[in-house]
Amino acid sequence: MTVYLPIAELSVNIFIILGMGAAVGFLSGMFGVGGGFLITPLLIFYNIPPVVAVATGANQVVASSISGAISHFRRGTLDMKLGTVLLAGGLAGATVGIWIFSWLRRLGQLDLFVSLLYVVLLGIVGSLMLNESVRALRRSARNEPPITKRPGQHIWVHRLPFKMRFKKSKIYLSAVPVVVLGFAIGILTSIMGVGGGFIMVPAMIYLLRIPTNVVVGTSLFQIIFVTAYTTMVQAATNYSVDIVLASILMVAGVIGAQYGVRVGQKLRGEQLRALLALLVLAVGIRLAIALVIKPEELYSVAVGAFAN
Amino acid sequence: MLRLAPLVIAAFLAIVSPTSAQVPFGEASTVKEGLEIGTSTSEIAITSDFRGADLTVFGALTNADELFLAIGQYDVIVTLEGPRDYATVRRKERVLGIWMNTNSMTFELVPESYSLASTREIDTIDEEPSLNSIGVGINHLALTPTGYIGNAVDLSDFRDAYRRLKLASGLYQRDTSGVRFVSSSLFRASLRLPANIPDGVHTVRAYLFKGRELIHERELPLRVVKTGLEQAITDTAHNRPITYGFLCVMIAVITGWGASLIFRKD
Repeated sequence: MTVYLPIAELSVNIFIILGMGAAVGFLSGMFGVGGGFLITPLLIFYNIPPVVAVATGANQVVASSISGAISHFRRGTLDMKLGTVLLAGGLAGATVGIWIFSWLRRLGQLDLFVSLLYVVLLGIVGSLMLNESVRALRRSARNEPPITKRPGQHIWVHRLPFKMRFKKSKIYLSAVPVVVLGFAIGILTSIMGVGGGFIMVPAMIYLLRIPTNVVVGTSLFQIIFVTAYTTMVQAATNYSVDIVLASILMVAGVIGAQYGVRVGQKLRGEQLRALLALLVLAVGIRLAIALVIKPEELYSVAVGAFAN
Repeated sequence: MLRLAPLVIAAFLAIVSPTSAQVPFGEASTVKEGLEIGTSTSEIAITSDFRGADLTVFGALTNADELFLAIGQYDVIVTLEGPRDYATVRRKERVLGIWMNTNSMTFELVPESYSLASTREIDTIDEEPSLNSIGVGINHLALTPTGYIGNAVDLSDFRDAYRRLKLASGLYQRDTSGVRFVSSSLFRASLRLPANIPDGVHTVRAYLFKGRELIHERELPLRVVKTGLEQAITDTAHNRPITYGFLCVMIAVITGWGASLIFRKD
């Protein structure tokens, strides 16, 4: 059964889109990630124009992040104040990101830039995660206790000015690195169509030393508002959010996520992280291959005149 | 200089043809042939399950010369031209091991889609220069670059690439046996509209050739419209983008929230 996507301006098989949404939803439920970094490349592999894939991906992340954020809010593992500071940076970053996005689109370099950014980020994050989880797996195989961080350790981040007290997280931290992190993630949201949790969560834990229990909920809080804002701005400037495509992905995604969560609870944390790392690396490698092998067609056509 | 050549030749033909035509067919020239066309529909609707459509164009020759009909000297070309817009063609080159767009060329107002049907191979219907001058046929559409052009080789490469890509995407098509005479003076042309056809006002054009010479041209508009929900969505997205964006976000919120209510564990 085909369905016409009014913004992407092409007909697609509805079952493929449903399958894609459900599969990514399943994985995102299993690993506790938003899934934007999988949805956007998959849509691009399925010939959806990258402009539409990125904007629609951001819209899909809104839906997949909300249910997670709600449950964290109920459990009290969401630091509103920290989230708001992150969000301030995120909104500014997303605005700059949209501007870069439109500029790259005019130059005809958007597709390349999106792919490159994915290759670099997925490559780095995937390798780091794989390295870390393999070590953890070895440790648990030898029955060694996990290495815990020494409390009270001071790094350069803690010497920055504009310190704020975040009661829920029980930390006293400068607002500067939080805003900067939010800003960087905001740029990624608008250019890559991701929530950015896969970068934000490790950065909050390892760089900002924010207690692990509030990290996921707080990052989800930031992601909801930044992706919602990005969806609005993409719709207003690039007219590239496909509501039909997004709706199919969202419905399939939230259902898939429920089953993913159940499977995820049966697997151990280290195994789960190793699997996710392999998945992240696989997507990155697939995109990298597309960049380096000689394309069958060197030319491409776009409607409209662009400044050279 | 190269671009002037077809014009010069066309002008030359225009001067020469009346005299050469008059000599053998002096008697018949008092009655002029006529051409009338009609389409099976004046509007094509793109619905949610749109997979392309066929358009039938009917045409009639009036006052046709019996002798010319008998020896098959009348030829018809029917085209369907999509809305015109600028088109940018980009070329990739390997830079530091990565294939990226390095060169581009923009062509002035070319049809986004183009479908052609004819009684036979169009290059045997008329000479190349005159086809170029009337702009009939995929290889004869005017592709005029804007701005500075590096060199002539590039220009022909980009033009070839444009035609190749348009044919490959199905937006440009040709069927050299798509026009059939159903009786001695009545013909029927079948044009294929691809699934990715752009919406807007398209133009159906019929060209009548008599012994390798264009004698008549007729045109009709054809509207291609997105219907119902598709149209409403596109309109809202372009005319009220803030409302549209808000709607997209609301659907996401409802879906996400709804899921957390439905699948709540307690």
